[in-house]
Amino acid sequence: MFADYTWTELGSIFAMQGFAGLILFSVFVLMALGLAIIFGQMGVINMAHGEFMILGAYVTYLCSNFFEAYLPALFGIYFFFAMALAFLAAGTLGALVEWSLIRHLYKRPLDTLLATWGLSLILQQAYRSIFGAREVGVTLPNWLLGSVPLTDIIEIPINGIFVMVLTFVIAIAVYFILFRSRMGMQTRAVVQNRVMAGAVGINTEKVDRNTFALGCGIAGIAGSAFTMIGSTGPTAGQLYIVDTFLIVVFGGAASLVGTIASSFAISQAQSTMEFFLSGSMAKVLTLLTVVGILMLRPQGLFSLKIRR
Amino acid sequence: MQRRSREPCYNFKPDRGPSMRRVKDVIQSRLSRRSLLAGTAAAAILAASSSIAPTFADEVNTTGLAVTDDTVTVGILHSVTGTMAISETGSVQAEKLAIEQINAMGGVLGRKIEYTQEDGASDWPTFAEKAKKLLVNDKVAAVFGCWTSASRKAVLPVFEQYNGMLYYPTFYEGLEQSPNVIYTGQEATQQIIAGIDWVAKEKGAKSFYLLGSDYIWPRTSNKIARKHIEKLGHKVVGEEYYPLGHTQFNSVINKIKLKKPDVIYAIVVGGSNVAFYKQLKAAGIDMTKEKPLLLTISVTEDEIRGIGGENIEGAYAAMKYFQSLDNENNMEFVKSFKEMWGDDIVIGDVTQAAYLGPWLWKAAVEKAGSFDIDKVRLASPGIELTTAPEGYVRVHENHHLWSKTRIGLAKPDGQYELVYETAELMEPDPFPEGYQ
Repeated sequence: MFADYTWTELGSIFAMQGFAGLILFSVFVLMALGLAIIFGQMGVINMAHGEFMILGAYVTYLCSNFFEAYLPALFGIYFFFAMALAFLAAGTLGALVEWSLIRHLYKRPLDTLLATWGLSLILQQAYRSIFGAREVGVTLPNWLLGSVPLTDIIEIPINGIFVMVLTFVIAIAVYFILFRSRMGMQTRAVVQNRVMAGAVGINTEKVDRNTFALGCGIAGIAGSAFTMIGSTGPTAGQLYIVDTFLIVVFGGAASLVGTIASSFAISQAQSTMEFFLSGSMAKVLTLLTVVGILMLRPQGLFSLKIRR
Repeated sequence: MQRRSREPCYNFKPDRGPSMRRVKDVIQSRLSRRSLLAGTAAAAILAASSSIAPTFADEVNTTGLAVTDDTVTVGILHSVTGTMAISETGSVQAEKLAIEQINAMGGVLGRKIEYTQEDGASDWPTFAEKAKKLLVNDKVAAVFGCWTSASRKAVLPVFEQYNGMLYYPTFYEGLEQSPNVIYTGQEATQQIIAGIDWVAKEKGAKSFYLLGSDYIWPRTSNKIARKHIEKLGHKVVGEEYYPLGHTQFNSVINKIKLKKPDVIYAIVVGGSNVAFYKQLKAAGIDMTKEKPLLLTISVTEDEIRGIGGENIEGAYAAMKYFQSLDNENNMEFVKSFKEMWGDDIVIGDVTQAAYLGPWLWKAAVEKAGSFDIDKVRLASPGIELTTAPEGYVRVHENHHLWSKTRIGLAKPDGQYELVYETAELMEPDPFPEGYQ
């Protein structure tokens, strides 16, 4: 199948394809990090994860309209404000949801699935009522559009680079919050032994709320970033939820390293196969492989070893 | 979504409904027999003497439809919730506008149109249930509705069993012709063949890359496209399908760059559309340079709202209607549409086709002089509309419309600029020979 092409062409295409895989990898990490924190650390199955992302996307939409109308001079950098606001909005809603809904269900983790699924339907309808059923178009500043041409064939999309950098920054930030800060230490203590953590004076309720809000906030940032590559509509969150859960479960629920490793494995497998097979077949094969590996290793790629 | 289908439907009242219907049927059959024997006067006396009988407008309605002396009830059946709400909202708005305008002109056979609206909720079994409710409980005289082929296929047996009339607005894959459906959108050959002929002739295109979402419409359409491309002696260099809702198109964009086709023939739908065009642009494919040229049959002005005009600038679309069409009918239509639904609204191909539904039905009813489904069906072929926003249309024997196919060039403001239209009306051919 490669007979018709020169070596330069093939080299360029493989470089492009590798880059496409890396972008997909960043996208996967970004959408899965928030869920990995909530599902991995708290055991809450948050089916409304996609809707928290879309909240971020809508905040970005509102920001873009606001800046276009009132602060056109600053339009070039509105995206950073939008991401910060998306984090705050999704985080606040997350805290509210934890307080009103999730905290009553910690002893019944499977019920969180139903409750958050209901929540996702409510949020979808709320978006539909507020923003209308149609997708909205988010205007991006010019510097985020287009690509950097390296050679005739190799062109690096700028928004791809942006997503990669953003993912890197957020992954580092999450690492510091969870493993180098007091809040993270408390979170991990609560995850490992809730009763004991309470006994040594950690306010477990507060820790739960902060953790849930953090996870939702990161989902908000992800949604904000995805306005560059995907659609913003009431049900767009549903497009991400399956992949997100796949990554978190495949990586091993309680492990952030696992999430990153599984994002890498799935994104590379998928983009390579998409190149050689058709899109639908690539998806089927990816899912089959994941199912096969999970049958051999039900705990996922990485798992925490803790004494129960 | 599937979950809902297993729940019982509580809309029907099985205890009361059938018996009420039986009473009505009896009265009606008596009525029609009498009126045959003794003319309408006798029937009127009988109706007046019977205390439970509603006022039947029996000479224009011999089958018990919801028609009174002043009103006629029709159904609107679209998704206003769920994923398809994005697309179907425009159709609902267009149908309501048409109904309002018809009423302002005095209605149909002197009767004001009232509508019962049901929500298909983007769920195909729900569509079937609601269709049954509209036909059996509400006895509507016609239904304007459905959008996806899946929803149409789900309601089709219901319409054929209870003998209803459906006006279906979407351009679709063809391969269907029901006595109970009038298809007001284009079937695949009308949309595809004219478009491919145009790029081949005007733009000198020789190689095509076919791309689509993975379900029946894009697959059938691409099959027809491939046949036609090969018939013209040109080459298909790639054919790809992606699951509905797919958001990562970088790999296929790389493949396109490697194959260097003259034309990307894209039938991507829904949210995937947004991702596809944004990523195409980000990957450095500038469609305004037409290397490759992009031709789509799935992106109307509605979809461009989500995609963003700047992301799809330079693409070509082949369909029968664009909001920018420069003719008097269309100016008037766009003006009234905006008056009714707001200034920032856009109107796509399907919305216009949905608008034709009530008008075609009115014309058929008036030609038949009756609301009876069978008479409306017989009267339908040959019905002409000279007031259609797209221009002149005519109903074919096969229940599809003769219509022109047009090519539009996407502008950054989200509108298409007309660059070509077929000189003649394209004949609808839902079962193209050699293309299946």
